[in-house]
Amino acid sequence: MLSQFLFEPFGDTSVRHSLAAIVALAFSAGPIGVFLMLRRMSLVGDAMSHAILPGVAIGFLVAGLNVFAMTLGGLVAGLVIALLAGAVSRATTLQEDASLAVLLLLSLALGVVIVTLHGIDIEQLMTFLFGETAAKMNTDKLLVISGNATISLVALALIYRPLVLGCVDPGFLRSVSHSDGIAHLTFLALLVLNLINGFHALGTLLGVGIIIIPAGIARFWTRDISMMIVLAIGGALISGWAGILFAFHAGIPSGPAVTLIAGLLYIGSVLFGRVGGLVWRVFPGRHLEA
Amino acid sequence: MSELRFHNLTLGYERHPAVHHLSGTVASGAMVAVVGPNGAGKSTLFRGVVGAIKPLAGSIERDGRDAHEIAYLPQVADIDRTFPINVYDMVAMGLWRSKGPLGGIAGTDRHGIEEAIAAVGLTGFEERSIGTLSGGQMQRMLFARLLIQDARIIVLDEPFTAIDQRTTADLMNLVQRWHSERRTVLAALHDINLVKANFPDTLLLAREPVAWGATVDVLTPENLNKARLMCEAFDDSAEACAIREVA
Repeated sequence: MLSQFLFEPFGDTSVRHSLAAIVALAFSAGPIGVFLMLRRMSLVGDAMSHAILPGVAIGFLVAGLNVFAMTLGGLVAGLVIALLAGAVSRATTLQEDASLAVLLLLSLALGVVIVTLHGIDIEQLMTFLFGETAAKMNTDKLLVISGNATISLVALALIYRPLVLGCVDPGFLRSVSHSDGIAHLTFLALLVLNLINGFHALGTLLGVGIIIIPAGIARFWTRDISMMIVLAIGGALISGWAGILFAFHAGIPSGPAVTLIAGLLYIGSVLFGRVGGLVWRVFPGRHLEA
Repeated sequence: MSELRFHNLTLGYERHPAVHHLSGTVASGAMVAVVGPNGAGKSTLFRGVVGAIKPLAGSIERDGRDAHEIAYLPQVADIDRTFPINVYDMVAMGLWRSKGPLGGIAGTDRHGIEEAIAAVGLTGFEERSIGTLSGGQMQRMLFARLLIQDARIIVLDEPFTAIDQRTTADLMNLVQRWHSERRTVLAALHDINLVKANFPDTLLLAREPVAWGATVDVLTPENLNKARLMCEAFDDSAEACAIREVA
């Protein structure tokens, strides 16, 4: 009975695709989420997820529900918005988050206009917004997601050191090197790449969840960044796997299913996490001798 | 031989000078205290020296060196103390100039890092996350990173402010060690006695240079009074400065 519940769904090729995609997504999105959190950019990530919409919509307009076209469109839109926001804030006195917020709203509005004018049926729209119903995924999506994830992991490894240094001591990084700008821009590009992955796997509204929530979970269990990344990947893997089962059995889209499971893990971590969890605050134990 | 040369240097913000018409040289291996009231332009001068701001007029020569080769301890380091990183990794960052973003850290490097941590008296703190350090321990850690940077020029912006006497004495020993290794040291300081006891040369700054030379000649009561009279506020209606750059 239990084994049927756990393993039967993966007899279906399209559900296996979903699982493979979630695994790839977990490995690339986990560390990106950790850096978003440590750079206090979690909400920027959330907002950026809307920025890719007009690009995706234009891809959809040109080629229908073609994964590659929508990926390309989303990539271009996300990068343009990220670069524009950065450029506006550097050239003027407007802060990056403010200029980003303005551009995102414009971008989202444009995306909705394009999608609506072109016409889209309700089932397509649901997939667009919340991911595949019952976690069934085609091969093209899996290819795109795993390809993006691979690029993301390799690039992150290359910029890891300046990225960490730019978070913890940006003044020092600037005093020894010019690489802070490049690292920041590369990071934004990787964010866009992972948002597109999240969009493909979990829909445009909730795709960012698997990037941000696992990082929030990890923060409650360790004070070490490497361990934090490992835990974020683990949290994303568990949420993804359990979320797919949930989506399959309940016949709901994968986006909300995965996000809710991640949410449960998050609540558990907020309560019981070894680092700053609520329970340990209420019952701190007796103080030590030295 | 001169390590740093200022030519009629003016540094500032939005056209207002914070360091006004400074000329002079810092010899290789010199140990110079920069003294002056708050707002005198000490930090601005240092930010100019390390290339963080561009001169409004005049120039800084660094003897052909890249500004990034100068080790710099800012007055208020913008360190995110909640960031999950430990003391060892933080000190290891001092290797950036030699390792860059991808270079591996070898056994000799690890030895150097451990030595630097021991030299600042933080042995046993390697695994501690930086958020748990006291103000003095934090400053010790940053000095360990400066040691690792192994720079020819070291610029310290008020390194002993809000630091207790014992820590100040320990860290001052490191500065003396740099001096004995013929490195060039510039340090902004408020403790006149500390300057007199340790620094052969002093630049007394009050936006304009008041005096620059041997510490005993510079830190006279008259000069210190002159520096104290400096006007702190920028004049928003000031005219463009009439002193032209000397070619």
